[in-house]
Amino acid sequence: MNFKKVLVSAPVVLLCTLVSAQEIDLLQMAEDSLQTTRQPAYVTGTFKGTHIINLQSIEAPAAGELLFVIMHRFGKINDGGYELFGLDNATMRMGFDYGITDRVAAGIGRSTFEKTFDGYIKAKLLRQTDGRQKSPLSISVLTGIAYTTLKYSDKPYLNSTYRTQYTTQLLIARKINRNVSIQLSPTWLHYNLVPATADKNDLLAIGVGGRVKITRRMSINAEYIYLPANQVKSQTIYNSFSAGFDLETGGHVFQVHVTNSRGMIEPAYIGRTTGTWSKGDIYFGFNISRSFKLNKRK
Amino acid sequence: MNKIVVCLSLSFFTCISVNAQLFITKTGFAGFYSSTPLEDIKAENNQVVAIIDIGKKQVAFSMLLKSFTFRKQLMQEHFNENYVESDKYPKAVFKGSFTGDVDPQKQQTSIVQVEGILTLHGVDRKISIPATFETGNDTLIGKAGFQLNPQDFNIKIPSLVRDKIAALIDVQVRVECKSSK
Repeated sequence: MNFKKVLVSAPVVLLCTLVSAQEIDLLQMAEDSLQTTRQPAYVTGTFKGTHIINLQSIEAPAAGELLFVIMHRFGKINDGGYELFGLDNATMRMGFDYGITDRVAAGIGRSTFEKTFDGYIKAKLLRQTDGRQKSPLSISVLTGIAYTTLKYSDKPYLNSTYRTQYTTQLLIARKINRNVSIQLSPTWLHYNLVPATADKNDLLAIGVGGRVKITRRMSINAEYIYLPANQVKSQTIYNSFSAGFDLETGGHVFQVHVTNSRGMIEPAYIGRTTGTWSKGDIYFGFNISRSFKLNKRK
Repeated sequence: MNKIVVCLSLSFFTCISVNAQLFITKTGFAGFYSSTPLEDIKAENNQVVAIIDIGKKQVAFSMLLKSFTFRKQLMQEHFNENYVESDKYPKAVFKGSFTGDVDPQKQQTSIVQVEGILTLHGVDRKISIPATFETGNDTLIGKAGFQLNPQDFNIKIPSLVRDKIAALIDVQVRVECKSSK
């Protein structure tokens, strides 16, 4: 009888032990529950700044965020000691970027180079998500307009139509891992006025850029823009190559770099880069951005 | 034979009663606050999973760090990228037990002491904090407020922003758990 009792009750006790053993790990339960309710999250911080160097990155200010960006390029290093290797000369672009929504940002700027105003809209079409891999890429579209106001006493006929250039760019980026991001930027530029009839008004180019983080707040950036030959004939135009560092601290991003492009807007640095690295036409420069929060999120 | 029936029913009763003691939520709240003369930082998460076992006096919390929302999106990005490194350590979890008597059948507020291991940024820390449990109507509302030092969790704050982040971060937790049946 005793033996029977044990025989019957043993499985029951065992069953109960099993049930409670499953419950012992509350934490496992909590984590499983967290996993099932988990939403795919947008990948953030593909790049530190809204520019890789000259190229616009897929990053844009969030809704209600105002970004003040100063871009600065000194003169050519090969100007020699008399010009203190370019430091005596400088061009700059001052700009404001504002996030209208989390997906759409608009920017305005002015470059001292040919006294050019520019404006653009950057829209995020697709955002890279992690977790269930909903989207492996971020894709943004950038459309910009530039207007040159430099007066030419010998060319009084230059009206506003002639002074305008347009940029359309697709920005395709992927943050491969926490340290490495790359971006491809197929570009279409349109110049209402070109120096010679042999020059094309529409230029096609492709930019590639990337960054490698070396510390949590610092990265090495580089970009190269390939402009297929025979589009500009009146002058020798080189492909733009730039390399530098990003340093991010709180609401600031500092970018220090060297480049063979003098201009800082697309029609200038993609289609009008006359400097070449091989001759030492290298410009030292920096970008500084400061973020201001204008609206209040709940 | 009678003994077997008693034994059986007792064991079943134990099983059932253990089940009935669980209180669960998937929409718990956790927030942290840092206040300095230069900047106030506030981050809140409404997707905290909490399980409280009244029978065994155990608690477990789990939350995604990416679910904390900040007033400034840039802060949120820096929090995830530079401070808690949520790509490497996506979750903050707490597992522990509490002391103090809580009767889920009664409409009452009990003060308990919760003790356990908080895991954040890959670092395990033992913490012991007072909390209140409000019971009644098949719900259990747990509330706690305490302070954490980021350095305890190997979260480095660069000297440049040292003045903008409080040395001790205030943490508030509020979980409204439903009895699971």
